[in-house]
Amino acid sequence: MKHLKPLNQKAHRISAEAEPVADVVAMQQRGGGGGAAPAGGPHFPLGCSLVFSPGWEADSSGGTAGLCQPVERDLFDCHAGCFWPAQVPDQLNHAPNWTSKCAAAQKDWRNIDLVFP
Amino acid sequence: MHRFQAAGKTFVYTSNAAVFEIDETAEAALDGHCDDATALREIEAIEPLGPTARQMPPAEFPLTTMVLNVTNQCNLSCTYCYEYGEDKIVETENGDQPKFMNEQTARESVEFLLNESRTNKLIHLTFFGGETLLNFPVLKSTIAYARRRAAEVGKQIDFSLTTNATLLRPEIVEWLIDNNVGVTISMDGPKELQDQFRVFKNGMGSYDIIAPKVKDLLRRHTRRPIGARVTLTSQTLDVKKIFHHLTEDIGFAEVGFAPVTTANNRLYAIGGNGFDTMLAQFQSLAWEFCEAAIAGRHHGFSNVKDTLEEIHKGVSKAYPCGAGLGLMGVSTGGDVALCHRFAGSGDHKLGSVTEGIDRLVQIQFLELHHIDSKTDCKQCWASPLCSGGCYHEAHVRYGDTSRANLHYCEWIRGWTDTCLQIYGELSVRRPEFLNRSVPDAEPLQLEAVR
Repeated sequence: MKHLKPLNQKAHRISAEAEPVADVVAMQQRGGGGGAAPAGGPHFPLGCSLVFSPGWEADSSGGTAGLCQPVERDLFDCHAGCFWPAQVPDQLNHAPNWTSKCAAAQKDWRNIDLVFP
Repeated sequence: MHRFQAAGKTFVYTSNAAVFEIDETAEAALDGHCDDATALREIEAIEPLGPTARQMPPAEFPLTTMVLNVTNQCNLSCTYCYEYGEDKIVETENGDQPKFMNEQTARESVEFLLNESRTNKLIHLTFFGGETLLNFPVLKSTIAYARRRAAEVGKQIDFSLTTNATLLRPEIVEWLIDNNVGVTISMDGPKELQDQFRVFKNGMGSYDIIAPKVKDLLRRHTRRPIGARVTLTSQTLDVKKIFHHLTEDIGFAEVGFAPVTTANNRLYAIGGNGFDTMLAQFQSLAWEFCEAAIAGRHHGFSNVKDTLEEIHKGVSKAYPCGAGLGLMGVSTGGDVALCHRFAGSGDHKLGSVTEGIDRLVQIQFLELHHIDSKTDCKQCWASPLCSGGCYHEAHVRYGDTSRANLHYCEWIRGWTDTCLQIYGELSVRRPEFLNRSVPDAEPLQLEAVR
């Protein structure tokens, strides 16, 4: 803290909690090895970002021209990797064959059709 | 958030009992004269916004201290006494409770303490009365028994008692030393003040009897600091004179003061300007303490020491004291009550040493007396330390233990502010005092039983 100086034991506990422990940093910024990343290592947010694959959402220049994974793969990863089934048809009960015509997402994604209840 | 100044600096005491020193930017931000983003964010971080959820203590809270009323009889007739005077709540002459605790009840009480202290390794057994030493035989056998039983179950037990000192004899002093018993002496100061209220049944003052006995005790019992506990009344309100007499002329290491607990209309009750007078005297003595602390000298004004300790830890109380939680009182007949002041009162019974604690009664008590139930205290910055004040005081004043003690709010705020200033002063001028006198890991020292 810059403007407040903790004095008693309670104040020390509060200021320790109030300090931002670590900022959100990119995966390639390793902790402790210099650079902007804090000594404790990068902060991993919970959720989809745990299965974030480098070169998927953005390429090395920040654009999408040089992705090493096709963006179309997102369609599967949201419900397979992140377990977010609400976005896709229920493939256990109502639409078991929803992706049967889509063997390779980047090539066949157009074969995935709408499902009507 | 309460703001205060000390040693030329500005400090805040937050609603959750944290103390921060603040710089000029933060102070301006607090006043709304500055929109420095960092300062505003920091201030926001230390003061919780809006109400927080009520936190109840864990069920079956372990006992730390048990106060055993070994007798409800006394050889003095102090006019203001809450146990025998006009405001008494237990019938001690013709009531249900025996006049003396017998050995069996005392042993059952020890078993109750060992059992109810659960995982606590260090427990305190305190003896109280009436006049405690009137039941010396039971006192003696109980300490021997408790020491043996505590060792058997692997606990450390600590003993203390409160006495009016009239019955101290060389062999009792010897026994107190041998058993390392902590002693608190009820004494009101020099002769003219002591003899005003602390009298024998025939009206004779007790000063001349006790002064030599107390001096003898203090000279020989040096293993533990022996404290004097002073009751202040409207007619004996001279804090500095009492303090200096008891420390310098008599030789006490510590002196603690408390205003008499009484209904409002008694002659000796402190009311109106009395609290202001008392506050001014407390303040003056507290600054004397501060200067001594800075100079590295001991000063035995225990009220300020106790409050500083609570401030340093950042205590934020849901209850004014441990009564009914970690502390309980046992009556001469073995009834368990909130504390020693309620021991023997049917209305404030929590169980008995043989049948255990009535958990339903205890939970109802804790729900009703939680600080969140005291709407009067909601806006008060001193509530983390006061939490509404003594249940017994509230019972005597208002006939209701759950009432906040509104008659002394101004005094509490004035006194807390003084102690905060001293805390701030010490943090600037002698920071090592605060860290040295209050080790981190040590649990809060229990206040002397009064």
